[in-house]
Amino acid sequence: MEASEVMVSLLILLPLGGSALLLAVGRRLPEPWAGLLGTLTVGAGFVLAAIAGWDFLTGGGHATPVPWFDWLAPLGVSAGLLWDPLSALMALVVTGVGSLIHLYSIGYMKGDPRFGRFFAYMNLFVASMLILVLADGFALLFVGWELVGLCSYLLISFWFEKPAAAAAGKKAFVVNRVGDAGFLVALMLVFAAFGSLNYEEVLGRASGELSTGLATAITLLLLMGAAGKSAQFPLYVWLPDAMEGPTPVSALIHAATMVTAGVFMVARTGALFDLAPASAAVVAGVGIATALYAATIAVAQHDIKRVLAYSTISQLGYMFAGVGAGAYVAGMFHLTTHAFFKALLFLGAGAVIHALAGEQDLRRMGGLWRKLPITAATMVVAWLAISGIPPLSGFWSKDEILATIFARGGAWRVIWVLGLVTALLTAFYMSRMIYLAFFGEKRWAEGVHPHEAPRVMTFSLAVLAVLSLGAGVVNTPWRPGLEHFLEPSFEGMEMAHLPSAGTQWVLAAISAGVALLGILLAAAAYLRGRRPAEEGAAWDLVRRGYRVDEGYARVFAAGGGAMARFAADTVDQKGVDGLVNGVGVLVRTVGERLRPLQTGFVRQYGLGIVAGAVALLAWFLSRGGF
Amino acid sequence: MTVTAGWYLALAAVIFVIGAGGMLLRRNALVMFMSVELMLNAANLSFVAAGRQLGLLDGQAAVFFVMVVAAAEVVVGLAIIVAVFRRRATASVDELSGLKG
Amino acid sequence: MVELVLFVIFALAALLGAVTTVWARNPVYSALGLMLTLFSVAVFYVSNGAHFVAAVQVIVYAGAVMTLFLFVIMLVGVDRSEDRRENLPVQRPLALALLALFGAGVLVAGRFVWVTGEEFPGAAIGTVERLGSDLFRRWVLPFELTALLLIIAAAGAIALGMFRRGEEGGGEDEDEEGAA
Repeated sequence: MEASEVMVSLLILLPLGGSALLLAVGRRLPEPWAGLLGTLTVGAGFVLAAIAGWDFLTGGGHATPVPWFDWLAPLGVSAGLLWDPLSALMALVVTGVGSLIHLYSIGYMKGDPRFGRFFAYMNLFVASMLILVLADGFALLFVGWELVGLCSYLLISFWFEKPAAAAAGKKAFVVNRVGDAGFLVALMLVFAAFGSLNYEEVLGRASGELSTGLATAITLLLLMGAAGKSAQFPLYVWLPDAMEGPTPVSALIHAATMVTAGVFMVARTGALFDLAPASAAVVAGVGIATALYAATIAVAQHDIKRVLAYSTISQLGYMFAGVGAGAYVAGMFHLTTHAFFKALLFLGAGAVIHALAGEQDLRRMGGLWRKLPITAATMVVAWLAISGIPPLSGFWSKDEILATIFARGGAWRVIWVLGLVTALLTAFYMSRMIYLAFFGEKRWAEGVHPHEAPRVMTFSLAVLAVLSLGAGVVNTPWRPGLEHFLEPSFEGMEMAHLPSAGTQWVLAAISAGVALLGILLAAAAYLRGRRPAEEGAAWDLVRRGYRVDEGYARVFAAGGGAMARFAADTVDQKGVDGLVNGVGVLVRTVGERLRPLQTGFVRQYGLGIVAGAVALLAWFLSRGGF
Repeated sequence: MTVTAGWYLALAAVIFVIGAGGMLLRRNALVMFMSVELMLNAANLSFVAAGRQLGLLDGQAAVFFVMVVAAAEVVVGLAIIVAVFRRRATASVDELSGLKG
Repeated sequence: MVELVLFVIFALAALLGAVTTVWARNPVYSALGLMLTLFSVAVFYVSNGAHFVAAVQVIVYAGAVMTLFLFVIMLVGVDRSEDRRENLPVQRPLALALLALFGAGVLVAGRFVWVTGEEFPGAAIGTVERLGSDLFRRWVLPFELTALLLIIAAAGAIALGMFRRGEEGGGEDEDEEGAA
């Protein structure tokens, strides 16, 4: 069936309407109904996206522009959507994983006083994310970009009674804003260069009209925006703190969808990055560096969600390394598989937390596989997927990225090596997490009775497990289905190539071997009742994220505070106020000083008159004329 | 030597200064007033002298008007002095310092 | 020649009168000094060709205004001699200094042509007919306004005279004859 404009527009309008409805009457709906409504809108979106995108699967179909309305008429900017394979893929991931998470949330958020509002925000988020991915130009992209930032803030600080949650929401928003500043400047440059913000126009004309220098500037600024949204160095600090939000939020926004917006954006604007190889290299460099960096931090975390947070940062780094190296398909592939297994990991962690009545510290878990068999099984699938063990999905996508990077040769091989080290660490810390949580002796507190999650939650876990297991088939070297699917979107772009078949086998073996090594090392350290102390200055430093957060607080927050205080006290109170009051004081003082002139004696007033006459006379005489 | 207009002007200046001195230095209200009259007359004299110098009648017309105004002023001024004297039994202007700031 | 003699004599008289006005202890003497000055000035008017104005000077100024002054002097106390001490500290020296400056300034200014104007030897004889035609033609508006002024002054004087608290009624009639 052809994608109709109505269908595509509905993708956004359904969750948007759902959100509005839930905001209005959500409070009055009895508990599961609000959740069901929220799930319904997103689920319906998934179905519509599947129908609308069917044509792309068969290789037919064409990109469908869906114009909406004239927005900024004086600038010639109009709002509209673009339905092509790339946006279709993103829409499917967002609505598919999104609906599963909505379903799960019905169980997780049970009993929460603001149940309805939660789903309103979640629906709003889905709508915003869809605006972002379906936009036909930078203008609407930016609108979606900002809206997801807003929803992220609302959802992170959902339990705003907790000061930590409120602070985390603020931090996320502010750090995002920093990146957005760069993004906005990039948009201005684009508009200045092309007079339009539409993808078709900008990307179509780019190769002919854009100089390398300008392209480099624009793409670096876009990278700044992407770094903020996708938590790359140095704008990653908000993501670990964002774990204060409810776990479904972490799963949806901070694992599967919002944080991937940066990767999507780089893929979408690939034509610009093709013109600026230096920027592409920077993207890849930043990506792999962040990946390695975050992986080291993840090793030292005690909180189960923080392990996953740093893991997300690390995997996002992989994706950036991929698209930076020109492996757009591989990057999007990893984005998709990561959405599956990371969401699964978070939801599973949520089930664990739910079972242990709020406990999140790994040191107080252990041996949970007996009590939470379904959760444990699905978590194991996710663990193997993220570690890159064949034939699970994570192996295929991660390996494709690494292989493509290797194939580029030269300095890129260094990145390949770093990628392997990161893979080792990934396997290691994920294994550590699983061992500590699910195996070994039980260490949980007295009075805690862990129980398996309700069916509404385990259903989503199961579906995601299946996807994590089998999604690899979508793009194997023998049948690169995703590549063909996405071909129309990446037309005219320089794509990186995979190495020869023989090399690919070798590389695959190396990747799998490294993953296995990580798992075994972790087993040696953490299984069979062994538990290393993980104490000491070095551990502490790494656990605290190398104290980067504290550094930021000292420099920016304190600095900003000092500037604000200066402006308020010195400049405003003393300066401006003083000036205004000073005028009054001045007038009064002058009046007081002049008062003695009024003596009341007429003769003295006469004296004044004569004095004035003398002065006047003298002046006229000095001028020698009137 | 002929008497030019300049002589009259010089004389007028001297009379004016004398009148001003009287206004500033005497305390008796009536004497002050008379000094003011002196100044007015000095000004009139200079008007007439200048009119002669320039060959115009404008000077004399001006004198005419000055005289009318001076007369009106004297009327009102003396009425005021009388009224004040009735209230305070003094003719000294220094006593009237009620408008002191 | 004649004018020179007249000038010298009456200049001295005028100065004498002026000094007397300012210096005399008794206000009546001041009034008499003023009269002397007024008459001298009238003479000067005549010698400058302002006949009509001279007549008006004598009739109005010397005749009416001085009479008025003398009336009030009688009312307000002719026998009171005022205290010669100056109670305002800076007044005397400052006044003298300023007036000296002023006088010097005016005298100096009189030397300049741009002050006095070019000499224009035309006949400017101020006869009744000529001055009258000027007044009623060129200066008719100010003329009418001065009439208004006089009425106001008279009304004001009567009002002032009647305003008092708890004294016998009937104001003093301040008589006045204006210029014709």
